[in-house]
Amino acid sequence: MSSVRNNRLAAQLFSLYLLFYSGFILINIFAPQLMEMTPLAGVNVAIWYGFGLIILAVILAFLYGLLCQPIHDRPSESSVPQSGKDIRA
Amino acid sequence: MIYEASTLAVIIFFLFVGLTLGISFRLGRTAKSSQGYFAAHGQIPWFVNGVAFAGDYLSAASFLGICGMIAFYGYDGFLYSIGYLAGWIVALFVIAEPMKRLGKYTFADALNSKFKSPGIQVAAGISTLVVSIFYLIPQMVGAGVLVTPLLGFPHWAGVCIVGATVILIVVTAGMVSTTWVQFLKGSLLVLFSTILTVIILVRGFTVESGGVDGHVFRTLGPFQNETLAEEISALQTHPWSLVALDEAWENLPFVKLRDEKTQAITVWYRQHLDENQSLLQEAQYVSLTAEGKELVNGFPKGKRAGEPQLHPVGHLSHLPEQQTHTGALGPLKFFSTLQESEVILWGKQIVRESDGSVTTVYFQKPTQGSRILRPGEHPNFKGIRSNNPLDKLNFVSLMLALFCGTASLPHILIRYYTVKDEVSARKSTIVGITSIGFFYVLSLYMGLGAMTSGALDVTNSNMAAPLLARSISEWLFAAISAIAFTTVLGTVSGLILASAGAVTHDLVGHLLKIKLNDAEQVRVAKLSSVVVGLIAIVLGILFEKLNVSYLVGWAFSVAASANLPSLVMLLFWRKTTYQGVIAALIVGMVSSLGWILSSADTFVEVFGLKAEQALVPFSQPGIVTIPLGFLTLIVVSLMTQPQAEPSKS
Repeated sequence: MSSVRNNRLAAQLFSLYLLFYSGFILINIFAPQLMEMTPLAGVNVAIWYGFGLIILAVILAFLYGLLCQPIHDRPSESSVPQSGKDIRA
Repeated sequence: MIYEASTLAVIIFFLFVGLTLGISFRLGRTAKSSQGYFAAHGQIPWFVNGVAFAGDYLSAASFLGICGMIAFYGYDGFLYSIGYLAGWIVALFVIAEPMKRLGKYTFADALNSKFKSPGIQVAAGISTLVVSIFYLIPQMVGAGVLVTPLLGFPHWAGVCIVGATVILIVVTAGMVSTTWVQFLKGSLLVLFSTILTVIILVRGFTVESGGVDGHVFRTLGPFQNETLAEEISALQTHPWSLVALDEAWENLPFVKLRDEKTQAITVWYRQHLDENQSLLQEAQYVSLTAEGKELVNGFPKGKRAGEPQLHPVGHLSHLPEQQTHTGALGPLKFFSTLQESEVILWGKQIVRESDGSVTTVYFQKPTQGSRILRPGEHPNFKGIRSNNPLDKLNFVSLMLALFCGTASLPHILIRYYTVKDEVSARKSTIVGITSIGFFYVLSLYMGLGAMTSGALDVTNSNMAAPLLARSISEWLFAAISAIAFTTVLGTVSGLILASAGAVTHDLVGHLLKIKLNDAEQVRVAKLSSVVVGLIAIVLGILFEKLNVSYLVGWAFSVAASANLPSLVMLLFWRKTTYQGVIAALIVGMVSSLGWILSSADTFVEVFGLKAEQALVPFSQPGIVTIPLGFLTLIVVSLMTQPQAEPSKS
């Protein structure tokens, strides 16, 4: 069933985000000085990482929308984002 | 500060609020059945519902609280933005589709779909009610904050106006109009925040010596420490003399000077340059005497503009390379310039004098931009740089609660029932995440823009965003305030609806075992809306001074501790029993509430006690109470396994 596949996909994307989010917390706890470094364009790690987490969330959300298959599987349908529209309520 | 109403602002404001109410009444007429009242017939288009998610979520807390916290402390406010958005990942990947599949009207329905236990329904109903009321407090405080500078009303009047309007909306309409109103406001909020951010970037940074009222904050000295009194009396610029300090002021870094002409007393922050020399920097203070008189910087507080009041603050004291004005800045150059600058932040010290008067001193704290743009400037997050691991826990605990809290908020959960199926639930969550994420990126620019706008009210961080808009134009100020105000209206309606749903379905239906027909259900819901609305009004007046984002942090903790363990385990652990769910709901709710009430923050801000008397080591409960909820559920479920395992279906 596609819902199993969707669930696995959700779990994978969730784990990926969790990894990055935990990374942010761990750096702040164990190496807060790292947050003050300015690796790029004079902007510090704290801002890059913070913006990164927000943008990553949006990207993952879109990725999930794109890759999710319709819940009621039909062989003829491909997993395009609009496919959900074809499903009856 | 004293706020004067401007006619233009008032007109735009009432037009906006009137329009919102008009839409509510118009659309509300179509929702007469209980299905329509609570779940908008399940027929809201997913895109509209997605933007309405943003409207629900970007409430007073996000807009006012985060901007205010960034404006006062820098990056620490942005931690909330990050955490609030991260919570949506849990909502999308873990909760969204199962919730839609399992429930009908309320979060309790979903939890209870497997067991059909009245106990779960009641426990989940109570938890919904508690979380909603907790979340209502910051919304109502935010409403008061908006009305004060806009209409010149006192805080309590603002809270009452919102309360009354919302009760009217909810009683007349229900979920259909609430959704459309949230859609409208969600879009406008993001649009106007974008405009505000562009203006901030185009304006760039300018070195100033005070706020927008033109007052220059003075620095005297350097003086020799031993001859301070003589040197001050000898100053040619002003007839000042040093005042002997009450014992309450001993060991504090302040001196008081009396103006020999006016007899007014001013307070100065004493900055020690080295062992022998110090500088005096002008501070501001508000004094409440034992007789109940209020003094501002030594004069009785005025009621009109031009009379004694606190000066607006928020300026840059240095820019890199001795510039005085940067001109327009790019989105990255904005940060790299601030990184190299110096900003005057304001510290706060409360002094209780022996004659019974209480003085609050606000003093200048010149702060390097590099410190403003890193986490750890806010008193609550200082711990991350401490060597004591316990101090770091407050930060971890908050980040955990924000991560887990979104997906457990009742007014967010009920929005899953307003679309037709799981696919629409997923799509509207994606739209929600995108709009909310975009807004949170803007929040950092708006907060830092407010920090350097010269328009801040030093006594109230919640006011930062509207005052920033006012420093740009009166028109923008009116528009932003109106949008924020109506956003509060919408969020509050959503919360009251969630509470009303909980009372009607979960408590009256299952606890009192009263069977209600459709019309009666709607009537009971409306009645409970009025009661919850009144409670919210009272709490909104009581909690005026707390930063609204901080209050929301608490609501998230309670939601995450009480609701998340049951929700997640029910979906992913087959051995979950109804006893386990009930126990987890109750333990999570009681422990997180108890923790918050015993924390240093509540002791200081609500009970007026000392921080040292607090019963728990840090303020944010999440890191203890969320795992506790999970543990309770697992232990109780294992203890109450049915004798014969039912076959898998």
